Amino acid sequence: MKKKTGRKIIKKDMIWAYIFILVPLGTFTIFTLYPVVSAFITSFYEYKPLGSTWVGLENYINSLNNSLFWKALKNTLVYTVITVPLLLILSFLVSVMVLPFRKRMQTFFKAVYYLPAIASGVALAFVWKWIFSPLSSGLLNRVMKIFGISAVNWMGSKKTAMGTLIAVAVFSGLGKNLIIYIAALLGIDSTYYEVADMDGASFFEKIRYVVWPLVKPTTVFLIITSIINGLQSFQTAYLMTGGGPDNETTMVGLLIWKRAFEYFDYGEACAQALMLAVLISIFSIAQLKLTSNDVEY
Amino acid sequence: MGLYKRYSGKNKWKGKVRNVILAVVLCLLAAVVLFPIFYMIVSSFGEPVESGGGSYSIIPKSISLRSYKFFFEFSPYSFRWILNSLIVAGTVTLSNVIFSTLAGYAFAKIRFPGCQVFFFLLLTAMMVPYQVTQVPLYMLFVNNLHMQDTYVALIAPTLVNCYNVFLAKQFISSVPSALIEAAKIDGCSQPALVFRIVVPMSKTVLAVIAITTFLGEWNTFFWPFLITNSEAMQTIQVGLKNFSYANTTYFAPMMAGATVSALPMFILFFALQKYFLEGVTVGAVKG
Repeated sequence: MKKKTGRKIIKKDMIWAYIFILVPLGTFTIFTLYPVVSAFITSFYEYKPLGSTWVGLENYINSLNNSLFWKALKNTLVYTVITVPLLLILSFLVSVMVLPFRKRMQTFFKAVYYLPAIASGVALAFVWKWIFSPLSSGLLNRVMKIFGISAVNWMGSKKTAMGTLIAVAVFSGLGKNLIIYIAALLGIDSTYYEVADMDGASFFEKIRYVVWPLVKPTTVFLIITSIINGLQSFQTAYLMTGGGPDNETTMVGLLIWKRAFEYFDYGEACAQALMLAVLISIFSIAQLKLTSNDVEY
Repeated sequence: MGLYKRYSGKNKWKGKVRNVILAVVLCLLAAVVLFPIFYMIVSSFGEPVESGGGSYSIIPKSISLRSYKFFFEFSPYSFRWILNSLIVAGTVTLSNVIFSTLAGYAFAKIRFPGCQVFFFLLLTAMMVPYQVTQVPLYMLFVNNLHMQDTYVALIAPTLVNCYNVFLAKQFISSVPSALIEAAKIDGCSQPALVFRIVVPMSKTVLAVIAITTFLGEWNTFFWPFLITNSEAMQTIQVGLKNFSYANTTYFAPMMAGATVSALPMFILFFALQKYFLEGVTVGAVKG
């Protein structure tokens, strides 16, 4: 008798569980699963408003034969490969520098560096555009004039356009990495330092042999998430340079956007998006493994 | 002892000097990082003239609120953009908090057939980049459902973020199961259990979910930009872009709008700083 009611309760619980996960599962099906399947199917068609035509692998082949696709891929990689280490090193340095201060000061610096992440990316992109304005009246160019350097066409020149975007990404992304690094640094047990002190370790030796190895899981986490973000990013490029000059700042994300919503070539856009997804998934799987094994909450 | 040498007695000044040098470097870098925000606010008090025009100056010579007036009169919907953002971000936040709590609880504390499979499915959703779903979702909402310029189209895709379910599950796992069992024996039904025991014990993670979701939605640009055609349905981030044309930009009014849109976020940030900062580290750092 007792067993029976127990089973009844468990069954009832199960029904509740299904009710609780119904909406997330539903939104997942409609807004993630369906789009992925649809993107896959679309990538084999040439989109036409009245009935698309099957083209097989043509969208993929066209993309891979298109030098612009490779250029965008190269740009995305260059952007990621430069931004990620810069962000990492800078935020690590700053987090170490914040460490000797009292908690209130630490919180103050964390808040200050995180503020750009709170402000809207659209607004900041336009402000940065203004700062890097190519005219001699542009803010940075004016500052440089004081030092006797002639005006630079920041976003319009092939040499500096990508650098401009990278600078914006580094300054805007610093806060997030910084906060994560500070949390990791504060988590280091002081006995490690005591032992290092007994061995007569200098400050830099402590950084090299104590701090850096101990925050390695955090570093790996930050590297992977920054790479994933970097490979997808195109908002600043879209708003600041529009991909120019001569597609020098066209990221894959931006290329896909243009293919889809300027040329309405949905098929090729989907094919390119899926290829980007494969590239990103290498890092996502690594991240998934990390978050499920290494990280506690 | 810590990472830094602690100076005492006669050498105390050395520690002080070191800290002052560090503080100066940190402040200088902070000035660079904060400069765009500072510049945004300062320029919003400039005159609402077209940039590139002769009378335009980089730093406003006098403080005026005319750009704010210009911003709200620029389009009959200027105010509506902020309202739209509030409606969208508010709804999305509410639904994320509710549904990720419920699902997180189910995955953490109830054993049911398919539990792991469903959770794994939701995890894979976090791996799908935006680029893959944007075209099919656009085709779905615009070509098939003809739902351009509707709140449903703005809100629905982000109704439940799988990452939030994941966060809630991780956090609720740490709620003692004995407590839940005890409540069950007392005849507490599952929904009552969630609201009486799980929610009060998971306030931190719920606050983190609410804040990160609201912030993310408030600042999101591409989806509302895609799905809205009429100015009446734009959100504030999309609205800001209207001030920029091919050749010219109404910079000061745009910055006025940007300031108006950023201000609530800044206030929220300083009021709930703890949760914002926690939201960044959750899931990233051991311990």
